[in-house]
Amino acid sequence: MSLDSKTVANIATLARIRVPEADLPGLAQELSGIMTWIEQLNEVDTTGVQPMSGVLARDMPRRPDVVNDGGDPNKVLANAPEPAHGFFTVPKVVE
Amino acid sequence: MSDLTHLTIAAALDGLAAKKFSARELTNAHITKMGQAKGLNAYITETPDIACAKADASDKRRAIGDKVGALDGIPLGIKDLFCTEGVQTTAGSHILEGFKPTYESTVTTKLFDAGAVMLGKLNLDEFAMGSSNKTSYFGNVINPWKRQGDNTDLVPGGSSGGSSAAVAARIAMGATGTDTGGSIRQPAALTGTVGIKPTYGRCSRWGIVAFASSLDQAGPIARSVEDCAIMLGVMAGHDPKDSTSVEMAVPDFRKGLTGDIRGLRIGIPKEYRVDGMSQEISDLWAKGAEWLKAQGAEIKEISLPHTKYALPTYYIIAPAEASSNLARYDGVRFGLRVPGNSLDEMYELTRAAGFGKEVKRRILIGTYVLSAGYYDAYYLQAQKIRALILKDFTDAFKDVDVILTPSTPSAAFGFHENEDDPVQMYLNDVFTVTVNLAGLPGISVPAGLDSNGLPLGLQMIGRAFDEETLLRSAQALEKAANFTALPAGV
Repeated sequence: MSLDSKTVANIATLARIRVPEADLPGLAQELSGIMTWIEQLNEVDTTGVQPMSGVLARDMPRRPDVVNDGGDPNKVLANAPEPAHGFFTVPKVVE
Repeated sequence: MSDLTHLTIAAALDGLAAKKFSARELTNAHITKMGQAKGLNAYITETPDIACAKADASDKRRAIGDKVGALDGIPLGIKDLFCTEGVQTTAGSHILEGFKPTYESTVTTKLFDAGAVMLGKLNLDEFAMGSSNKTSYFGNVINPWKRQGDNTDLVPGGSSGGSSAAVAARIAMGATGTDTGGSIRQPAALTGTVGIKPTYGRCSRWGIVAFASSLDQAGPIARSVEDCAIMLGVMAGHDPKDSTSVEMAVPDFRKGLTGDIRGLRIGIPKEYRVDGMSQEISDLWAKGAEWLKAQGAEIKEISLPHTKYALPTYYIIAPAEASSNLARYDGVRFGLRVPGNSLDEMYELTRAAGFGKEVKRRILIGTYVLSAGYYDAYYLQAQKIRALILKDFTDAFKDVDVILTPSTPSAAFGFHENEDDPVQMYLNDVFTVTVNLAGLPGISVPAGLDSNGLPLGLQMIGRAFDEETLLRSAQALEKAANFTALPAGV
């Protein structure tokens, strides 16, 4: 599988990572190398095999639906880059 | 007094109980040595004040006859992937530089409740992604081992490279590690230390910076199988805060070390004889089997037919999960923020500046294999092959109790070797990664030196939740190997 610069630019946008234009061809080549190596998985016959998302063959445990944590905004905001008035802040998103 | 830093945890616990030395003396000996070993760059953050306070508290407990924990007074290093309350936790990344969690991970809580002393936070590959500790934003960790007659710096393995280097250099008696594809066992093998990745679900992942949630597990690196058993006994156990942590009693792993492996069936998987395996590794593997046979075990050849697909499967599943887990680093709630004119620009600039090259590479791969049009071809296919890999093991464990393999394809290498091709670097985990995909426990034990005088490890793999048999077999291997070599200058 060969990835071109345009595809890599698209993935980078999806992943919200800014990649300078000049770096795209090199990155495309690297990722293509990895994907080509991964291609060998196509030779495995997986007809009828159930996909496995995790190793624990059991249902997720449940707990009572109650509030069991919280009430400490200072702790929550302690590492925020620019907190204000007890909130996280982001650049303006609505004009 | 002889050098306290060379004691095993088991011997140090005996010495503390017999009041031969104090926890403060033991801790001071390590802090002094940390000062001399700064060139290794094993610690990102040293916490001598916390260490001394905890050591004094331990001495006080022993002095007044208070109840003492299973690790009371033992100085440990903590991989900087475990959140520690009030102490910087970086995951080896610029994006988390300066992050001071307001909570403590479950595993470190358990260790400190058992009286352990924290010496500091250990360096690692960025977000635990790497096999050489070269991807850390905080610089390379240097392996205390060198090739004979050659002063070239070598890698300590990764991602728990600070942990392995610190334990080998005697600047921690033991350390926590995490293992997603081999990140405990591979660095242990490259530094002549012992490292165990327990069964998935044995240790809580709560408060550990997530890489690939269906594969990540915490475990110890120490200098003997017994020390690993002691540490794992403390670290393991059910935690309601991690829904994948299993509600199952934790056996007394140390007590299970009976030394008796008579009748145990040891499997040798033929598919692990990979192309280009060095004669040294192959000979050591055969020797390992002989050692176990001599102690009454039965050796059987087994087949794990999908072994060759494990690594590419891993390099779909792990990046896919990582791309999702690392979405949280957006410059809003914690960590680095690079200002932008729009929200998207802020995200993009923050993540471009905050993540290193390997992390970006894996996020991009993960995003790609999960994206529309490729999900079925890559991600779903990988999940199906993962099921086949697990089935290989389930079938094999009908005939054997433990599996013996090499830990790594080579001994420690230089910082500029394996550099150009990411796939070449990924091959370091060829023997370890299957175990994560199947969720099984695996341990690496130092078994000998190569022709350059560097340590080589053998890996043993156990049944799910049968760490007892695994540790018992590993100790039999350890006893026969009688690995006593030390890195020069340690």
